[in-house]
Amino acid sequence: MAEQGQVKKFLYINRKAPHGTIYALESLEVVLIAAAFDQDVSLAFVDDGVYQLKKNQDTQTIGSKNFSPAYNALGDYDIKKIYVEKESLEARGLKIGDLLDLKYEDDDYAEKDSIQVVESAALKKIIAEQDVLLNF
Amino acid sequence: MKFSILVNEGPYTHQASDTAYQFTKAALAKGHEIFRVFFYHDGVYNGSRLTAPPQDDRNVVALWSDLAEQHKLDLVVCVAAAQRRGVLDEEEAKRAQKDGDNIAPGFRISGLGQLIEAGIQADRLMVFGD
Repeated sequence: MAEQGQVKKFLYINRKAPHGTIYALESLEVVLIAAAFDQDVSLAFVDDGVYQLKKNQDTQTIGSKNFSPAYNALGDYDIKKIYVEKESLEARGLKIGDLLDLKYEDDDYAEKDSIQVVESAALKKIIAEQDVLLNF
Repeated sequence: MKFSILVNEGPYTHQASDTAYQFTKAALAKGHEIFRVFFYHDGVYNGSRLTAPPQDDRNVVALWSDLAEQHKLDLVVCVAAAQRRGVLDEEEAKRAQKDGDNIAPGFRISGLGQLIEAGIQADRLMVFGD
């Protein structure tokens, strides 16, 4: 097992649409398992990855699993930093209101928004600050 | 330096596994340490001993198995990804009530926690995939 108390900054970069390939689902599985390790976790959604957070997904007609409700659990797993790249959203005609309303509870049990829309340049800085990057 | 390796694609369809193999081999030759190689997504197929490629091509699975034997590498296949895709060791085959297992020599099946630990323990986690 990992040494006690060793905390690294992990960033999961999600770049692919939620359906069509399994990357998004299996990325979410890693994130949820990783939560048990008490690391400093952030998620980023870029390119078609922004579609993963789209509200009102319905996969009934394509026969694949609709796992999007699971993103709502991220707050319970203490994942508070979810970055969405502004340019990727805009290029796809999406606004923050089209995305899931993800929340976490702060230390005073107040609900806060988990999603931050950030410009590409800001995301670049966030990426540079990480210890471990996992691209899916 | 201490490296961990993540392989996210299967053999032959994609170059990721070949490149990860070449990287691992080169790193070892330079005296670096490989903490673990973790196989995820279709990468789990790199651990199926039932692959039978034509004789005039490389055998990706056997290359990994041989490298693991030479250098005592820890090759770990993600259990959840492997179950979906039918990569099983004896124990998993029994649990899933399947009539056989196919894990290649030198590979073991374990959980995603092994990937996170690989990220924590290594100086660099190298990701090979799309």
